[in-house]
Amino acid sequence: MSRVLPAEGGLRRVIGDGESLPDGEVEGLGRDELLALYRNLVLLRAYDERSVIYHRQGRIGTYAIFWNHEAMQVGSVFALNDRDWIFPSYRESAIGLLRGIPASTVLSWWRGHPAGWWNPEDYGVASICVPVATHVPHAVGFAWGVRLKGEDRVAIAYFGDGATSEGAFHEAATFAGVMKAPAILFCNNNQWAISTPLSAQTAAATLADKAIGYGMPGVRVDGGDVLAVYEATLEAVERARAGEGPTLIEAVSYRAAPHATADDQSVYIDAERVEQERENECVGRYERYLERLGVLTSADAEEIRSEALAVIREGIAEAEAESPADVSLVFEHAYADPPPGLADDLKDLRRILG
Amino acid sequence: MKDLLLVEAVNDALHVEMERDPTVMVMGEDVGRLGGVFRATAGLQDRFGSDRCVDTPLAEAGILGTAVGLCMAGWKPVCEMQYDAFSYPALDQLINHVGRYRWRTRGKMSFPLVIRMPYGGGVRAPELHDDSPETYYVHAPGVKVAIPSTPADAKGLLAAAIRDPDPVVIFEPKLIYRRARGDVPEGEHLVSLGKARIAREGSDVTIVAYGAMVGVAERAAESLQREASCEVVDLRSLKPLDEDGLLASVAKTGRAIVVQEAPRVCGFAAEVVAVLAEKAIFDLRAPVLRVTGYDVPYPYWQLEDSYVPSEARVVDAVRRVLAA
Repeated sequence: MSRVLPAEGGLRRVIGDGESLPDGEVEGLGRDELLALYRNLVLLRAYDERSVIYHRQGRIGTYAIFWNHEAMQVGSVFALNDRDWIFPSYRESAIGLLRGIPASTVLSWWRGHPAGWWNPEDYGVASICVPVATHVPHAVGFAWGVRLKGEDRVAIAYFGDGATSEGAFHEAATFAGVMKAPAILFCNNNQWAISTPLSAQTAAATLADKAIGYGMPGVRVDGGDVLAVYEATLEAVERARAGEGPTLIEAVSYRAAPHATADDQSVYIDAERVEQERENECVGRYERYLERLGVLTSADAEEIRSEALAVIREGIAEAEAESPADVSLVFEHAYADPPPGLADDLKDLRRILG
Repeated sequence: MKDLLLVEAVNDALHVEMERDPTVMVMGEDVGRLGGVFRATAGLQDRFGSDRCVDTPLAEAGILGTAVGLCMAGWKPVCEMQYDAFSYPALDQLINHVGRYRWRTRGKMSFPLVIRMPYGGGVRAPELHDDSPETYYVHAPGVKVAIPSTPADAKGLLAAAIRDPDPVVIFEPKLIYRRARGDVPEGEHLVSLGKARIAREGSDVTIVAYGAMVGVAERAAESLQREASCEVVDLRSLKPLDEDGLLASVAKTGRAIVVQEAPRVCGFAAEVVAVLAEKAIFDLRAPVLRVTGYDVPYPYWQLEDSYVPSEARVVDAVRRVLAA
């Protein structure tokens, strides 16, 4: 077993600032991979920005914004293979796009249409988890279960800084350590849980420090740096595959948009700080990195952006073209073998609805 | 047939089902080396190894939460909650996920997990070792609930629960773990969920009960035999509920009382009474009465016999419905 040390003080970083901070590079990532990462970032950005607009237009319901979280999602998923499972929270609602879930499906989820609920087995992406931190034990149980079966698969669970205060996180991390589960606990620390700042969430110096209490390594990484996130996650995945158990990754970013479309962050957030973060947001940072590297031209970037927007436009059109759900879906699927009363209820409801 | 105690029948079911299906695993606090604080899981770790009979950390929500993930990985976990009231931290997982996950996948994934726990009072234990929490569980959509009162049913219902594609919670009446003894079929034995049992036939009053209260009802019926012919219906399964069996009995007797250990308000007895109000009102010749625990915390154990429904309270209720 590797030694468990307190988390590193600084944040792991690869991307520089084009001035005093030098650019690094990640071994094994060639031009194609670097561009694939960029495409994924832009796809998620397009999804998120369009979703806020769709919400304002009344085309989707309340929506949890993930603007400036794209690097954490894209970088970490890139370190997995397709047999590994992803356990998203609502902040990662569209992470399945990276696994081939159609945009229309995720948009349907936010439209409250049954077409938005997928079979996790088709994509290795669990259902979007709404109650905070409660899906972390699922990822750990899955990872433990595949280890018991001798399958070479890992699970990654995404959650926010607020989630680390939940009992479910604590119990999941405890199990992960004890069961040596090949799991990655990925904390997107955007420093806000709706209006509660990290300082009111914990007295711990860092969230990664919590890892030591569970007997696993804790890693801190710049959550706005897609390459650093990729590299940190890859190391955790390799540890997991080698039978060395779980890792807690704390990816540090800053929530540069409201918690959700229903939130008014002007009441509690420092507008100046948000502005700084928006200027240094993760997609632009990576774009400038690729330009410095000579891998991306502005024409490429424009094309990739139009492609992404087309995917989302098509997605919303498909989602809006779904036929209204049949009332039978109120009753179906809760049970494989339903209690007899449900069939009577449906019959009764149909009679009343006429 | 084997002559077994109720807890031995539980143990037998686990042995048979784990032998039959290599994806069944048992997990919980002290279930492995110790074999469970009531010995319900004794011998399983020796027979099936520590990967399939797992001593877990002391974390009920973690047990049930990881069990959800284990289902996704192809396992059928049987989770032991060490005591009734210790299960409350796991209600978060039960309500938010266990009962909903199949629905979330639009029926594509099954979560065939089982939760089993000793429940109920009368055992002279410290606080929170005596609760009857079945209502919390029955109320959660997507979850089934069964409660045996005999060794044969303890085996058959648990085996059926393990094979059921839906999540099932089994409450085991700890008071009679080592008091109820009876014939239990050897090898594979299943009792379908949703089928009540006539524990005693009668024609004047139906006494509806489950778990340890079935014995109380039977003793009350016995002591009343010169005054009234009481039928005792052992529900066995609260969800699905055998409405047909219940209604058939009440159609015959025209009177009913319902017995439960749990506090009265919104307890399962209230559901039974509601079913009778909706579907049996014209068969009834008297109001339906409930004999239940009270709406107070489960008392200090020196007073628990005054709280748990007793033979005397059931007898009193039967006399009241007969006099109505």
